[in-house]
Amino acid sequence: MNYQTSTWAIAIFLFFIGLVLWIAFYFARRTRTAQGYFAAGGRIHWSVNGIAFAGDYLSAASFLGICGLIATAGYDGFLYSIGYLAGWIVALFVVAEPMKRLGRYTFTDALDARFNSRAIQLTAAISTLVVSLFYLIPQMVGAGVLITPLFGLPHYVGVILVGTTVIIIVATAGMTSTTYVQFLKGGLLIVFSLILTVSVLTRGLSTSPDHGGEVPYHQFVTIPYQERDDGTLVLENSDYSVPADWKTSPYYGRADGTLHFVKLTRGDETSVWRINPERGVLEETQTVMTLPDGTKLYNGAPASQGKFYAVGHMSEIIMDGKSVERTGDLDPTAFLGVILDSTVVTWGSEKITDGDAKVTIYYQKPVAGSDLLRPGLKFKVGKSGWDNLNFISLMLALFLGTAALPHILIRYYTVPSPAAARKSTIVAIAAIGFFYVLTLFMGLGAMTGGVLDLTDSNMAAPLLAKSFGVFLFACISAIAFATVLGTVSGLIVAASGAVAHDLADRFLGLKLTDWRKVLAGKLAAVVVGVIAMVLGIIYQGMNVSYLVGWAFAVAASANLPAIVMLLFWRRTTAQGVAAAIVMGIISSVGLILLSPEMYRELYGLDPHLAIVPIDSPAVFSVPLGFLTLIVVSLLTQRKQTAG
Amino acid sequence: MDHGPSTSWGKDRASGYKTRLGLRMFAIYAVVYAAFVIVNAVRPEWMATRVGQLNLATAYGFGLIIFALILALIYNGLSGRAEAQYAAMFEDEITSAEDEE
Repeated sequence: MNYQTSTWAIAIFLFFIGLVLWIAFYFARRTRTAQGYFAAGGRIHWSVNGIAFAGDYLSAASFLGICGLIATAGYDGFLYSIGYLAGWIVALFVVAEPMKRLGRYTFTDALDARFNSRAIQLTAAISTLVVSLFYLIPQMVGAGVLITPLFGLPHYVGVILVGTTVIIIVATAGMTSTTYVQFLKGGLLIVFSLILTVSVLTRGLSTSPDHGGEVPYHQFVTIPYQERDDGTLVLENSDYSVPADWKTSPYYGRADGTLHFVKLTRGDETSVWRINPERGVLEETQTVMTLPDGTKLYNGAPASQGKFYAVGHMSEIIMDGKSVERTGDLDPTAFLGVILDSTVVTWGSEKITDGDAKVTIYYQKPVAGSDLLRPGLKFKVGKSGWDNLNFISLMLALFLGTAALPHILIRYYTVPSPAAARKSTIVAIAAIGFFYVLTLFMGLGAMTGGVLDLTDSNMAAPLLAKSFGVFLFACISAIAFATVLGTVSGLIVAASGAVAHDLADRFLGLKLTDWRKVLAGKLAAVVVGVIAMVLGIIYQGMNVSYLVGWAFAVAASANLPAIVMLLFWRRTTAQGVAAAIVMGIISSVGLILLSPEMYRELYGLDPHLAIVPIDSPAVFSVPLGFLTLIVVSLLTQRKQTAG
Repeated sequence: MDHGPSTSWGKDRASGYKTRLGLRMFAIYAVVYAAFVIVNAVRPEWMATRVGQLNLATAYGFGLIIFALILALIYNGLSGRAEAQYAAMFEDEITSAEDEE
């Protein structure tokens, strides 16, 4: 799509960056000690910390990713919201207060509280770095993805802008400034998401969404056809001509006979149509053609000509048993009820090769609302055992991963007491739960609101905001950018704690003085920040959203068994904890590297050749982590007794 | 050893009670969540059942989010009450000891 730069967006974005930097410098003078730098002095009020939790947790993956996923896959996207929120139950009931009681600056402290083991210090620090890095890369790539359409700047500028700002935030005042940036961002994200949701409900649903009368919706047309016995295709609209070799052309498509297209010519223009034999019509599609020199043509023209249309509409709206074209304002349950009774046009895609050019064809797929709002569009549940297990494994990783994410766990050290840790978790559950409820309405609003960019589902929420005016678009865009800023800040604090406190001070035994530890933390933040920037630029253009899934899977497999067993099994040994962390990292990463998704995304191979049949490893790697800890702990106890 | 809490606070005598309470509440939520996941995986068609204006999928999904908050508030209420009770008991013990002296 052709995005136009908005002055409002730039102004509000710059204002927000200025505010964030002011917060960083304001708190810098208060940060003199390691306790101040890594744990904000343990003086943050629980209510502020709770919203800051939300700021930490609601990353670009949550805001942009889930809204985009709901906008394209309906209820299956909302399942992520449910899983991400459920993870906070583990955090509250199992780890919140014990983590606060045991730890000082990092989650390694808590694991190591009973043992003072160098093996735990090393493995837990590595686990922190691995999880943080998996989480950082998509955030940095997301920064570049956002900056290009919103401000017309190159991808690397977005990455450098976020990286530099975050380094300043973290290197000046560490956890204190990060906390208040998270608080600001978390609060604004929830408030503006609520405004966007109310706007969606007030506008209601329409078969031709026109952004409140501002932008006419492109009506996708059909052409009735007949296929004669001699193989010729006769169209009712004689303006278009059909090539003689239409059935042998690469557009005709799949050998399995399920999906066919035809390329038509009208004057100088060509267009691709889907053949729908059930209805006896050709249906208009949209195409993106990538030429050998990298040039992209959108519906046969450069993006600047604006020929590639925003999509997302309902083909039929049933309200109170009657078919209507527009509903008017709806309450939340009526909004969902109308969608359940109606039909929504979703879009599928098919990739073909036309000579030297690669073509992606986007075609309409009308789906009954009752199918849209139940599992099955993305997850192939209820069909094969492996598909079911893959889904269960993903939901397990989301449930168990949250309470083991290092950048979430270190926030327990910023409050003054275990009771405050508990209360801040409850505020987080309320704020994050409320936000995740809103994601369903924002996602469905984008799906039916004529705003979707078929080439980038991550832009669903900002584009939905744009349909309500430039100001809301500017605010949502600035907040989306701040979402990246905030999450990256938290991750860099966690990584810098792992390097300066866990590795340098404790594992290597450098015995740093308090201010040297702060200095080491700041240097580590700069180094990690620069590495994140480089990776963000290198990974430009790659779909790296799966790395967040990796982070959850590794955290659930490596960290959670260690945390839980340390708290609830007295026979846990240091060797058992260290071995479980190593096994968790190796097994989860190893299973992911051999998964169908990696074959498709990373290696460009047929996913059916994958050695491991499922994408999400948690169902195997989490029990393996527990088992390793139990076995190694029992073995090392026997040795100790014998010795 | 160079670790331990980042701040100091009074002895938490209710920690044992809170741990047991937390584990019970975790078990309750885990069962409800597991049932949700298994039905979605094995019997996704059940999720299409209408529940008023919603279907079971959306009602159960919203329910899980709201249930999490309700359990969290109950946990906080019971934990806070236990902390206050233990604190009061401990104060009584101190007062008695001082009186005996």
